[in-house]
Amino acid sequence: MAEKQELRDVEVWDGNMAASQAMRQVQIDVVAAYPITPSTPIVENYGNFLANGYVDGEFVMVESEHGAMSGCIGASAAGGRVATATSSQGFALMVETLYQASGMRLPIVLNVVNRALAAPLNVNGDHSDMYLGRDSGWIQFDAYNPQDAYDLNFIAFRVAEDHEIRLPAMVHQDGFLTSHTAQGVHTIDDDTAYNFVGDFKPMNDMLDLDHPVTHGVQTEEDWHYEHKARQHNDLMTKVFPRIEAAFDAFEKLTGRRYNIVEQYNTEDADAVVVCMGTSVETAVEVSNELCAEGKKVGVIGIRVVRPWPHAQLVEALKGVTAIGALDRSSPNGTFGMLYNELAGTVVNGEEKKVVTNYVYGLGGRDLTKVHLREIFAELLANAEAGKPTTPLQQLIGVRGPKISFH
Amino acid sequence: MSEIKKIKNLKEFSTSADRFEGANLLCPGCAHSIIVREVLNATNDDLILAASTGCLEVCTAVYPYTSWDASWIHIGFENGSTAVAGAEAMYKALKNKGRLKQPDREPKFVAFGGDGASYDIGFQWISGCFERGHNMMYVVLDNEVYANTGGQRSSSTPIGASTTTAPAGRVSYGEKMHKKNMMQIMAAHGSPYVAQVAPNKWKDMIKKIQHGFSVEGPVFINAMSACTTEWKFLPEDTIAVSDLATDSLVFPLYEIIDGTKLNITYRPKNVIPVKDYLGAQGRFKHLFKPENKHVLDEWQARVDRDWEYLQRREEASV
Repeated sequence: MAEKQELRDVEVWDGNMAASQAMRQVQIDVVAAYPITPSTPIVENYGNFLANGYVDGEFVMVESEHGAMSGCIGASAAGGRVATATSSQGFALMVETLYQASGMRLPIVLNVVNRALAAPLNVNGDHSDMYLGRDSGWIQFDAYNPQDAYDLNFIAFRVAEDHEIRLPAMVHQDGFLTSHTAQGVHTIDDDTAYNFVGDFKPMNDMLDLDHPVTHGVQTEEDWHYEHKARQHNDLMTKVFPRIEAAFDAFEKLTGRRYNIVEQYNTEDADAVVVCMGTSVETAVEVSNELCAEGKKVGVIGIRVVRPWPHAQLVEALKGVTAIGALDRSSPNGTFGMLYNELAGTVVNGEEKKVVTNYVYGLGGRDLTKVHLREIFAELLANAEAGKPTTPLQQLIGVRGPKISFH
Repeated sequence: MSEIKKIKNLKEFSTSADRFEGANLLCPGCAHSIIVREVLNATNDDLILAASTGCLEVCTAVYPYTSWDASWIHIGFENGSTAVAGAEAMYKALKNKGRLKQPDREPKFVAFGGDGASYDIGFQWISGCFERGHNMMYVVLDNEVYANTGGQRSSSTPIGASTTTAPAGRVSYGEKMHKKNMMQIMAAHGSPYVAQVAPNKWKDMIKKIQHGFSVEGPVFINAMSACTTEWKFLPEDTIAVSDLATDSLVFPLYEIIDGTKLNITYRPKNVIPVKDYLGAQGRFKHLFKPENKHVLDEWQARVDRDWEYLQRREEASV
């Protein structure tokens, strides 16, 4: 049996420690992992827990991130609780296996400490890796700070392992800005945390020797579509009710409320920015200041990136005229993901919306309050005019002459 | 350690467990199915199996059917080894935590992969599994070619073979590189047991598989799998061609214990010339043109030299 840890009510943890503590508390059976900046400390912390008897599962330090997810898939199919962590290039190397994990309906939890993708090589935070995984069939949660990274891990295990869901889940946090920034984190004691997720209940487990199973079959044009359609259908219809239920239960347990779409100052707002990660907190601060000045500006934080919260956003954006989609990933030849998806979400509504796209913060470049003030000013002008008053896509905070398109 | 299964004769053995069904899509005459059946029948213990993408995988698990009466997993081309290593890690975890459903039974963990999946694309994954010491057996179904994708060269393809990506032509005799020596590489990992087997020498093979199952740690088996389609011989000649391979010493049967002690396990009474083996297969047909005689000479010289080396290693007990 693993030793329990006595936690203070509030611990000073960075996002990596928050995630690894949650991994410890849910008592994972197999962690197969490979170190990569900035998620390395998650794996190191876990190794420390093991070395000191605080976890008693298997910890397999493999030879690559592809090997890490491959080992996780084998372990998960064998029938137990499985998780790992990665970032950036490691995430990119994992991509093949991400599709395999979700297609095989294995409830693995992956902590992704977001980081830019090379070239040029860069260790700092942006959302390129998160975006790379968005069609991979995983549930994707986004944490804005260490507290979220801790809490959302419990939600992720609970939802992923639900037999109605059986889909893997990622918990994203911003590289360095969250992962290496220590803040006060409200903790849950070991037993309560474990019980929130509950015992792992195996299904189609290879280790049930009386009931052999075949995992990872071949399907061609005769059956492949049905498998993918069912997975998509489950993502579209079953996941949100389970997440809502988990958020409700979590609030009852801790008093901390999470929402699929987080709204700040959106009531009566004329203009909002929609963003993810640490940018949400910065945007909220600016929004609060502007609201105090009498300006009607709000912030929407995407908490669940996949499945895409279409219905929740339609609701949240009621009455909002101007929307600024803030994408922290280079779209490389098109609009940002958030712009495209938000545009798709609002295009068929009755209200006329003006949606514009801001690309920012690539490779860890700061998004400042000054930037956000400028963005809000432009969005308010759009709301006033009822049409775009700026180019549809602008790059924020980049050196040289202003870069914008359309 | 579990009990070693007693095997009297081939007929009894070939039908003794049947956890790999005859209902599969492999070519008539494919040696894969013979090898897999021999490996599975070597033990009465429960089995947890994995396969890398390849002929075996696409021919035995086409939804909604399966040929496997034991738990089986396929993930991708390169990671059959790690798939089973992950399952083995879970077994250890659940055993330690007291959560196994059948705690008194100890399954064996076996991964199968072709030479493409093993010598080439999955090499790193296998190396990782062996370095970490998972309690598993890795079996290469070595047909010296990417057969599933239609006959491209792999690093196991021997010199002079004509493949679709290194074809024999007006100015080429086909493959220019020598076959990669995986046996030595895996022995260098310090594996407790590394062995080369061939399905025609089934008693030798069973002995080795059973020894592999009896030791702790990662075991590497290189199984020659004569490929009727890509080696180009008639489906009914699979065992005959395999006999030519082992009797010409092109595929010497030997084992390496604990990475150091080498034993030759089959010494042909009459060693036949390598050209008899090459001449039985369409993939080497062009080598018999006068201008390619040097390749035939090189083949024989190399086989002689390798056999000398194996004998010296055995004699020196290293």
